[in-house]
Amino acid sequence: MSDGIIPLLFVVAMIVATVAIGMIATKKAHTTADFFVAARSVGVMMNASAISGEYLSAASFMGIAGLVMKNGYDSLWYPVGYAAGYLFLLLFIAGPLRRFGAYTIPDFAQGRFDSPMFRKIAVIFVLFIGFFYTMPQMKGAGVTMSIILGWPYWAGILVVGTVITFNVAMGGMKGITLVQAFQYWAKLFAVSLPLFILMAVFAPYNTELGSVGADPKGAARINSMDTATVNGIEKAPLNALSMPTAETTAIMFESDKTYRVSKITTARKPEKGEDPIMPEQLVRPVKGGTDTQDLKAMVASGKPFDITGGLILVCDPVAVTIDGKPLMKDGKLVKTSAKIEFEKGGPVTFNVARARTTSGAMKATEADPIVPNSPSNSKWLNPFGPMTSKWGYPLLYTYSLIIALVCGTAGLPHILVRFYTNPDGRSAKRTTLWVMVMLGAFYVFTPMWGVMGRLHMAQLYVNGGFDTAVIKLPTLLDNKLFAQILSGVTSAGAFAAFMSTFSGLLVSMSGAFAHDIYGRILRPTASPQDRLRAFKVAAIGVGIVSMGLGLMVETFDIATMVGWAFAIGAASYFPLLLLGSWWKGLTKYGAAAGMLLGGLLSLAAIVTNMLLDKKVLTMDLPPLVRALMEQPAIWGVPLSILTMIVVSKATKDKLPSDVTWKMLKLHAPEEMGLSKDYIEA
Amino acid sequence: MKDDIAVESKLSAQDAEDLMNRVMRRQAGLSLQVAAVFIAILIILPLFNLYAPELAATSILGFPLTWLMLGVLFYPITWILSSYFVSKSDEIETQISREEQQ
Repeated sequence: MSDGIIPLLFVVAMIVATVAIGMIATKKAHTTADFFVAARSVGVMMNASAISGEYLSAASFMGIAGLVMKNGYDSLWYPVGYAAGYLFLLLFIAGPLRRFGAYTIPDFAQGRFDSPMFRKIAVIFVLFIGFFYTMPQMKGAGVTMSIILGWPYWAGILVVGTVITFNVAMGGMKGITLVQAFQYWAKLFAVSLPLFILMAVFAPYNTELGSVGADPKGAARINSMDTATVNGIEKAPLNALSMPTAETTAIMFESDKTYRVSKITTARKPEKGEDPIMPEQLVRPVKGGTDTQDLKAMVASGKPFDITGGLILVCDPVAVTIDGKPLMKDGKLVKTSAKIEFEKGGPVTFNVARARTTSGAMKATEADPIVPNSPSNSKWLNPFGPMTSKWGYPLLYTYSLIIALVCGTAGLPHILVRFYTNPDGRSAKRTTLWVMVMLGAFYVFTPMWGVMGRLHMAQLYVNGGFDTAVIKLPTLLDNKLFAQILSGVTSAGAFAAFMSTFSGLLVSMSGAFAHDIYGRILRPTASPQDRLRAFKVAAIGVGIVSMGLGLMVETFDIATMVGWAFAIGAASYFPLLLLGSWWKGLTKYGAAAGMLLGGLLSLAAIVTNMLLDKKVLTMDLPPLVRALMEQPAIWGVPLSILTMIVVSKATKDKLPSDVTWKMLKLHAPEEMGLSKDYIEA
Repeated sequence: MKDDIAVESKLSAQDAEDLMNRVMRRQAGLSLQVAAVFIAILIILPLFNLYAPELAATSILGFPLTWLMLGVLFYPITWILSSYFVSKSDEIETQISREEQQ
């Protein structure tokens, strides 16, 4: 029996359950209100499960484990921010938004400012954020299927995309509420149960972390028997190996394969005044036990070269010197090592270099070799590690990341629309409370996967395949049948993750087309039946476009793409909703100017930074600017809020005449009889 | 659609304005109070990590203290804050509607 069969069965079971539950719920969905807001009659626990189910996406299920494995402590801010963002939503937005009683955020935008024009701007942002959020879900689907079954990337996208599009087109919001509630519990089960079993086999969370802390100078170690695959240029920038600085490490290439090295530099970026370090100091090619002179010359020349016939590259740590004197920092020698970039990759193994022909000394260590690209244990375990220190401003980076996550959560339209499915403002708040409990219960497990990955699946550091840790870790169990079953459970969980998030996005984007564009802008006279038909057509159209976009993003990080959506949401919708609900003086001009300026500038910063990373663009920018481009929330959110205030003050004669009533509708408790749904269900 | 509340209500514009200010001030007071605690935690934790790295790294049952705080204890803290907010906010709103309808 092939390895992928059992996980496939689990994935198929998850898809069948999704479609079946969707169809049962659909039988009850008849009216327009059913489709758009599930008739505003969803109970608190059901709605909380559905919101949580919708929110926990591929980024949560696979991405956080990968980020924690890669970067350690700093990545813990991601799950915390994803969950804690709901507190802001609860404190400032959930109650008023529900009391206003619209179908969609564009309804809120138009109703609050009496401006059909503003509806159009708001719709554009729904689609913007929606499509950015869809792409990583699609990538998750493609990647998962290629791991478990070896399917081509596009096949997973096609399967997930088609199933969900069909489901949404059939049942709308009513149909997916039950599906998403079910998927929350499926995901919680899938993220926790296999972990308990893995921890019973290896060691519990605290013991695993303790073993990392006990060896601060060490790093992730790979079993010298384990083969890892080095990426070639097609996966750039993940085609490089930064070798360990703690010990000499050998890379063993297989004899029947050909590899090509494009460049050898130092892993540590040299600073001004330091003596240059040459490739031949960092890397010694060894073949059949002796140094090979011709390859040595190739390494020294700095030109690309081929590796054939089972070469070994011995990589030595080299002390950094200034005018020949060793550079010291905190009383320790500063060392660097080789960063080897590959044009053509392939399978390799690693070893601690032992017999050295020149010195004759044997390295007396029984430990497994340190894996390339792994930050040291102390950097990984402690705050301000490789992720936040990347540009040299760790505190600034940390705060900006926190702002993006906390404010971004409160600015995601497909999540906000869910609050309209509550019966009233009070239940909207109670729902948010339960969402936070459910999300916390899920997120507390995700970093454990990252810790497990670092200790037991270090080969992922070699090619940057961190996103796959959750799917691959269960296969380490000795009992192969059991291992496949558990891998099936996590694969099904991953599927639930992208299916539920994609459903939610599809509903909010199709809603934007059918309700906002078709029903309000193009044909305000359309009958409810026409709108229902428009919803179904829009769902199919958006589904197809999403699949197309998914095919284009194979080389982008899941976490990066989700970051775009959060940053745009934080600087556009969050200020709109915060000020729109709490400040009477906000005018449509102020709101629109702030949203556009904050949202678009943040987007431009992130995209430019990414193009610089991929070396599509070259510009010499100071590291502070790069840090602010990579994490724009710290300036984007205040800029947006400030613009809203300044422009509103300048246009205060344009306030709607009944703005006081609107504010009362947003805030007065239902018992006072002042709030009435903007659109009655 | 937009005017129906104004038409239905017997309140004058000035009364409505006063009512709006009273209701919003009480709600905002509670929201800001809870938000202040939450924001303080978000600001202090990175500073604690920066200025007291040794204390932050203290091992508790294998967990570094700061990992335990951010990776585990942070979630229950947000639950406490939000359940406090929800019960208080229900209380305030019941109070408002009782007082205003007299």
